[in-house]
Amino acid sequence: MDDFYRENILDHYRHPRHAGKLANPTHSHEEHNPLCGDVLRIDLHINEGQVIDDVAFSGKGCAISQASASMLTEMIIGKTTDQAKQIGKEDILEALGIEIGPVRLKCALLSLKTLKMGLYGLSEADWQKDDETW
Amino acid sequence: MFNTTEIRQDFPILRQQTHGKPLTYLDSTASSQKPQCVIDAMNDFYCHYNANVHRGIYQISEQASAAYENARKKIGRFINAHSWREVIFTRNATESINLVAYSWGLTNLKAGDVIITTEMEHHANLVPWQQVAARTGAQVKYIPVNEQGQLDLAMFDQWLTPSVKLVAITHMSNVLGVIPPVEEIITKAHSIGALFLLDGAQSVPHMPVDVQALACDFLAFSSHKMLGPTGLGVLWARQDILTAMPPFMTGGDMIKQVTLSGCTWNDLPWKFEAGTPAIAEAIGLGVAVDYLSKLGMTNVRQHEIEMTGYALERLSQVEGIHIYGPFDPQLRGGAISFTLGDIHPHDVAAVLDGEGIAVRAGHHCAMPIHDKFGLPATTRASFYVYNLPEEIDRLVIGLDKTRELLGK
Repeated sequence: MDDFYRENILDHYRHPRHAGKLANPTHSHEEHNPLCGDVLRIDLHINEGQVIDDVAFSGKGCAISQASASMLTEMIIGKTTDQAKQIGKEDILEALGIEIGPVRLKCALLSLKTLKMGLYGLSEADWQKDDETW
Repeated sequence: MFNTTEIRQDFPILRQQTHGKPLTYLDSTASSQKPQCVIDAMNDFYCHYNANVHRGIYQISEQASAAYENARKKIGRFINAHSWREVIFTRNATESINLVAYSWGLTNLKAGDVIITTEMEHHANLVPWQQVAARTGAQVKYIPVNEQGQLDLAMFDQWLTPSVKLVAITHMSNVLGVIPPVEEIITKAHSIGALFLLDGAQSVPHMPVDVQALACDFLAFSSHKMLGPTGLGVLWARQDILTAMPPFMTGGDMIKQVTLSGCTWNDLPWKFEAGTPAIAEAIGLGVAVDYLSKLGMTNVRQHEIEMTGYALERLSQVEGIHIYGPFDPQLRGGAISFTLGDIHPHDVAAVLDGEGIAVRAGHHCAMPIHDKFGLPATTRASFYVYNLPEEIDRLVIGLDKTRELLGK
């Protein structure tokens, strides 16, 4: 279990990047993970060039959900919205760099789900689509 | 390919004796026996990863959750569901039908609506509809059935109007053994906009059942009749129908968010699985489904056609016997109900028990069809993957003995 709370996860958890709220977000979305009680809000500021020039996240949750949110903000800042849309579940898992069981997967991916729903209105059903395969 | 003698080695209970005679188990329609692999899988769960599902952050709970959900996927594939989200675990087929009756029925039925079923239904597919009808003012109509198990489809055709909202019929009668022409009935039900519920308690264990090919809307079946443990049933239904249905039971695990003023429901299938589910049982049924798939359901069906054909031929030679249901084994499953002269079925079953033969005697939870034929009860012998022709020979000898002892 030492592996689980690796240095990079603890670093993001203790020193979250882009924590807080934006004064004038162009996009803002909040999602919940009812199983654990995690709440996550992501604010984005997207300029006329469709570039995410500012981002902030806030909310409550476990170290995994907070660290993954912090990592995600670093991944998307300065990117175009098209580039941000390309980020997938596997990118988050790669950034975390640990084995994640089915229960914690929801924690790890809460930030990505919030981003996708807030950024381009991805529906709950679309988000779940990957899980529908046999 | 289908080696019954080898299959029998997988069922520890069949090695034992009863009343000093080898156990001749001819009551699989009531409940099937379990292969060692199912017993081992449940034992393995309790010995090595027993924990509650969907909550734990620790390894054995995650293992339990994965095994429980994996069992759901296996069962979904077994009946060719579109998605595992359509597979809901219940306590038994009875609860599956009650779930539909109380959730879908109470929401969608009103006075003047019609539910069509048949006279030969098991009480599980009859009483819930009577209850829902009493509460909503809907009416239940019963398609007449004759002694050979033929439905009066002309009558059914006459009843087909837009007020019919649901047709709920068995896929294989547990009394007459008959397999009704459900494909034709489903097409007709859909033509007037009614939904169709298939009671698969007797068919899913014994023949290939493909919900997409049948195009039914609901399918109910039970684990313990298909080599799995007791305490577990399955409801399959189309996802759009399930999404629109309110929960049947409420509580833990079926909610997303709860406040003191209300709550939101969990996603399918968990919306319909309140409380801690039957985890070991689901894992056991998953292994039972693997076992049946390995045998091949077409082979299982073929074996039972052969057994039923042989049984009908041998039994019809017993003096004073009256057999119910079709005489063509292609039209029926391996459940054969009969009477033996004036001898009460309980006496028949008791004499057979002394010979080590387990059969069912009674009304088999289908009183209306017994009433119709003027019978208080029948004796029923039924077969499954582990039964041998020589067990039918033993049954015939046992019936001859019964007649000598009690016949007038």
